[in-house]
Amino acid sequence: MRKSTTLKTLTATIAAFGLLGAAPAFAAVDSETAYILNTFSFLVNGALVMWMAAGFAMLESGLVRSKNTATICLKNIALYAIAGLTFYLIGYNLMYLDVTGYIGSFIPFWSPDDTEALSGIFPDGGYSASSDWFFQMVFVATAASIVSGALAERIKLWSFLAFVVLLTAIIYPIQGSWVWGGGWLAEMGFSDYAGSTLVHSVGGWAALSGAIILGARKGKYSADGRVTPIPGANLPLATLGTFILWLGWFGFNGGSVLALGSAANAIEMANVFANTNMAAVGGVLAAMILTQLMYKKVDLTMTLNGAIAGLVSITAEPADPTLGMALLIGAVGGVIVVLAIPFLDKLKIDDVVGAVPAHLFAGIWGTLAVVFSDAEATFVTQLTGIVSIGAFALVLSTIFWLILKYTIGIRVDEEDEVMGLDKAELGLEAYPEFGRGSQTL
Amino acid sequence: MKLVMAVIKPFKLDEVRDALTAIGVDGLTATEVKGYGRQKGHTEIYRGAEYAISFLPKIKIEVAVKADLAERVVETISNAARTGQIGDGKIFVYDLNNVVRIRTGETDADAL
Repeated sequence: MRKSTTLKTLTATIAAFGLLGAAPAFAAVDSETAYILNTFSFLVNGALVMWMAAGFAMLESGLVRSKNTATICLKNIALYAIAGLTFYLIGYNLMYLDVTGYIGSFIPFWSPDDTEALSGIFPDGGYSASSDWFFQMVFVATAASIVSGALAERIKLWSFLAFVVLLTAIIYPIQGSWVWGGGWLAEMGFSDYAGSTLVHSVGGWAALSGAIILGARKGKYSADGRVTPIPGANLPLATLGTFILWLGWFGFNGGSVLALGSAANAIEMANVFANTNMAAVGGVLAAMILTQLMYKKVDLTMTLNGAIAGLVSITAEPADPTLGMALLIGAVGGVIVVLAIPFLDKLKIDDVVGAVPAHLFAGIWGTLAVVFSDAEATFVTQLTGIVSIGAFALVLSTIFWLILKYTIGIRVDEEDEVMGLDKAELGLEAYPEFGRGSQTL
Repeated sequence: MKLVMAVIKPFKLDEVRDALTAIGVDGLTATEVKGYGRQKGHTEIYRGAEYAISFLPKIKIEVAVKADLAERVVETISNAARTGQIGDGKIFVYDLNNVVRIRTGETDADAL
């Protein structure tokens, strides 16, 4: 998350807070107050981002068949836990500690160091160490969440979790150090405010390579190239999940202002909230209108993907665009998913929830769209970041997937796939008393 | 005695029941079924790909009545269930040999 220039100007007034209306205009808050507010922003916004894990879990639960529901729920809570563990073990230090251009430090077991603040010294833009750690950790979990949906309904549980370890411990922190850790792409001027490329595209590349290596679900594509849709079990859950993600995104982008210690910070954060919302609005409406025109019916699940794509598109630069521009950036994201979903089907790449179109393709678009509103960003540096991070994530993911495939195996056998992963992998059912569950006649 | 079995559009069930009650039919069994006739199936669309639903949901009702009432039952069902559109369903009439009311042991016409 970039350090914006506004962050350094502590000229704002605490008069913005009604209780202290008598304070003189443009008096800076004292440095301890700013420290508290910055920390507060990381914690509250981070908690919102944590809640996105629930959004992914519900979105994915809704888009898989009921025989795979419990497994996808388990994967989502497990990957969140793994992301927290690996970020503590090595991730944070690999991403942020003494980055030498291409990588941080291999120092295990991150722990907070707040001695300066505890002795009463508060640097400009300061915050408690753990608030920053927490905020960065929930971003890693988001990247991992993207992978689970794309590979649902046929991947082995433990192989998937092994990949999550590698993604969150190695792939994510190293490429993250290149930008947010102050590495070579940051020095070049590559701009990715909250992670269209660093979080969403990286998750998307890992999902894409996994989906190709894993292969499509049985019965999805016939030999003559026809697509057999496999409708999701519960579209209300998928819709709820999308709304939860939309809510969490205010923390994702809003918290990426990285500070709340001045009125300027507060204004920037408010603009980010409004733009984030507007981009999702654009994504939804564009996907709705386009599916109506293309298929003569509005497609609900593609509309849900449109909301996510709009959000991903604005994530690379949610502060600078006008509301109208944010609407358009999000709308292009919505168009991208509607066109990309049948395109992936043509290639027989089976992405159960549309993670690749919504996170990877819209992420690339959003990262390029930074140049429309940020005068310092150039098309060439943005493209350099997209390509270099994309190549790194794709190559490493592919290597990891292939290693897993030829060692422990990544795909359940055909019989288990037909029976459903809930019974095969967990030995239970998500809905024993509904539908075709065992407890009904 | 006759057993009148009819396959109708699900949304017509309440109208059929009311019409049958009005002519003195006191009992009816309804089952959710799937099938196809001239209407064939229909297509649905999910994430940009169409797929065929070849069996359509219908309601099957069964009414056991005395033989002299069977014709009126058939007429009543066909009037109440008719929309004029394809897929309105069909009515089948069988001869009914025996009926037993389990609670009392009554048989045949007394059991209806």
